[in-house]
Amino acid sequence: MSFMDILYFIVPSAIFYAAPLILVAIGGVFSERSGVVNIGLEGLMVIGAFVGILFNLLFADTFGGMTPWLALIAAMVAALLLSLLHAVASISFRADQVVSGVAINLLAIALALYLVKSIFDKGQTDFISERFARYNVPFLSDIPVIGPLFFTSVYNTSFFAIGVAVLAWFVIYKTPFGLRLRAVGEHPMAADTMGINVTRMRYVAVMISGALAGIGGAIYAQTITGDFGHATINGQGFMALAAMIFGKWHPLGAMGAALFFGFAQSLSIVGSSIPYIQEIPNVFLLILPYVLTIFALAGFIGRANAPKANGKPYIKGQR
Amino acid sequence: MSNRVTNLLVPIVSVVLGLIVGAIIMLVSGYSPIEGYAALWNGIFGDLYTIGETLRQITPYLLAGLAVAFAFRSGLFNIGVEGQLIVGWFAAAYVGVAVELPKIIHLPLAILAAAVAGALWGFVPGLLKAKFRVHEVIVTIMMNYIALHVTNALIKTVSEGGDRTERIFASASLRSEFLENLTEFSRLHLGLLLALIMVGVMWLILEKTTLGFELKAVGFNQNASEYAGMNVNKNIILAMVISGAFAGLAGAMEALGTFEYVSSKGGFTGIGFDGIAVALLGMNTPLGVVFGATLFGSLKYGALNMPNAAGIPIEIVEIVIAVIIFFVASGYIIRLLLLRAAGKKKEAK
Repeated sequence: MSFMDILYFIVPSAIFYAAPLILVAIGGVFSERSGVVNIGLEGLMVIGAFVGILFNLLFADTFGGMTPWLALIAAMVAALLLSLLHAVASISFRADQVVSGVAINLLAIALALYLVKSIFDKGQTDFISERFARYNVPFLSDIPVIGPLFFTSVYNTSFFAIGVAVLAWFVIYKTPFGLRLRAVGEHPMAADTMGINVTRMRYVAVMISGALAGIGGAIYAQTITGDFGHATINGQGFMALAAMIFGKWHPLGAMGAALFFGFAQSLSIVGSSIPYIQEIPNVFLLILPYVLTIFALAGFIGRANAPKANGKPYIKGQR
Repeated sequence: MSNRVTNLLVPIVSVVLGLIVGAIIMLVSGYSPIEGYAALWNGIFGDLYTIGETLRQITPYLLAGLAVAFAFRSGLFNIGVEGQLIVGWFAAAYVGVAVELPKIIHLPLAILAAAVAGALWGFVPGLLKAKFRVHEVIVTIMMNYIALHVTNALIKTVSEGGDRTERIFASASLRSEFLENLTEFSRLHLGLLLALIMVGVMWLILEKTTLGFELKAVGFNQNASEYAGMNVNKNIILAMVISGAFAGLAGAMEALGTFEYVSSKGGFTGIGFDGIAVALLGMNTPLGVVFGATLFGSLKYGALNMPNAAGIPIEIVEIVIAVIIFFVASGYIIRLLLLRAAGKKKEAK
């Protein structure tokens, strides 16, 4: 295999693994930029994956090729509702946000498996029949080098994820809403004094994170696994959390980190058939994203600073 | 109502609410909650064997709960108990199979190996927190995954390509014939004793030593502790190391008592995360952890009886546990409601 062949093999699969990570990491950016830590991303992704698969199985006959896309909407709504629980606990009830996130994670996987067992009478769902399809982008895939790298046998969901990342950057940095969001996360009291409704901003941010995590989970399930069981998501939400931090709480940074983690993940899976890379023990590729995140946090790769008010409930009138 | 009473009421109210939510979910999804909870009860107390197994399940919960609680008291949130437990499990099992020694040396050595491995896994986030002010929550989450993948790779190496180690030598085992005979040959082992001793150890450290006093002080207010001449960084690292050691011991319970081997894992054991629930419910006190571990360990083991006896998926108990954590975490609102209720009563009088 020549070097280019290897690239043609790995880059598309890296983008393919990165798409859900990008969406969930962007969700995390919204929530944490508003000052609410969201460890519950994993659980929100689980619910998204479960509802996506369930919808797909139930309605594949009715909607045909459109099913996976409609399933994304169903997954989005379900995860948004679950994220409300996190919002209520951590914003209104002043719960420890990390604890509430842990509860969301436990609840999501338990609820999803409970329903799977009640509905299907076994530990995992059936395989879906309508998946997202790979295709070659007309014209663009004919461009030498770039064509086979980025536009051959791709999923629309990957373009969707990258589009969302760019949109998120625009919203957070170029709109009044984004400015308020960041203000609420950095200094809620100052924002409150300026007439911004801190509670409402945070609710909205957590709901956006829920919606995006749900979509991410459903994309993951409908492109990569094809069914839902206890190990479907298995840490992808935490990987997205890592991407968010590695990307320094910036939407485009998070996208870059997610692409890189997707690359590491795909290497750990397809690497065994690539010369040189197959010499590296798999475990190094598996732990790479986590080790890099720790390095990033420790400041070895540029300092990663969380939003100032991240994790602190806002109590009016308290200094 | 005094503060003390409300503090005690919050966990109790949360447990009751959790069980009610569980009942509602069973009802809505077409199962009988009465049958369900009856099956749960029998799964916990049904006969001597199940009681033995329930106690066996409580053992690692005790230690995982202590680990989380100890870190909490020093103002640290150790989500990494899961990872520390996994490395402890591996270390203990490795010492158990690698050498054969007289029991009096081998067993303590294996237990010690687990504690050291867990402590080491806790040392990393502690050091990063102390030196670089990196939040321990994220680092410990990342360390969990590193632990999972690294131990899986080590197990593969040790077992020459297999996915589990040999059984440990009897000289490293915590199992006891006496306890097995007592409980109709359940897997109840001497680890329970060790775990209860550790409850005492934690109480001693926190309440009777200078170290414990400093750790608690750092937990309350870092600046004040610094001003009083305490070495905050040292205390942060020590808290994580001790917490990690407790978690490592929880892994030793599985390695030397319950399973007597270690196998590669597709995902987490869940004991570490449930330890958070145990500690929260126990309000981070040693005695509270005993209650928390007893409740969650029992629920967890009893749930295994639910699919057979009542046809209900075991996950219902996980849902109940998650809801309980949720309510305990939202203690502020429960306290508020309790105070309101108490206030109204006074007005009525």
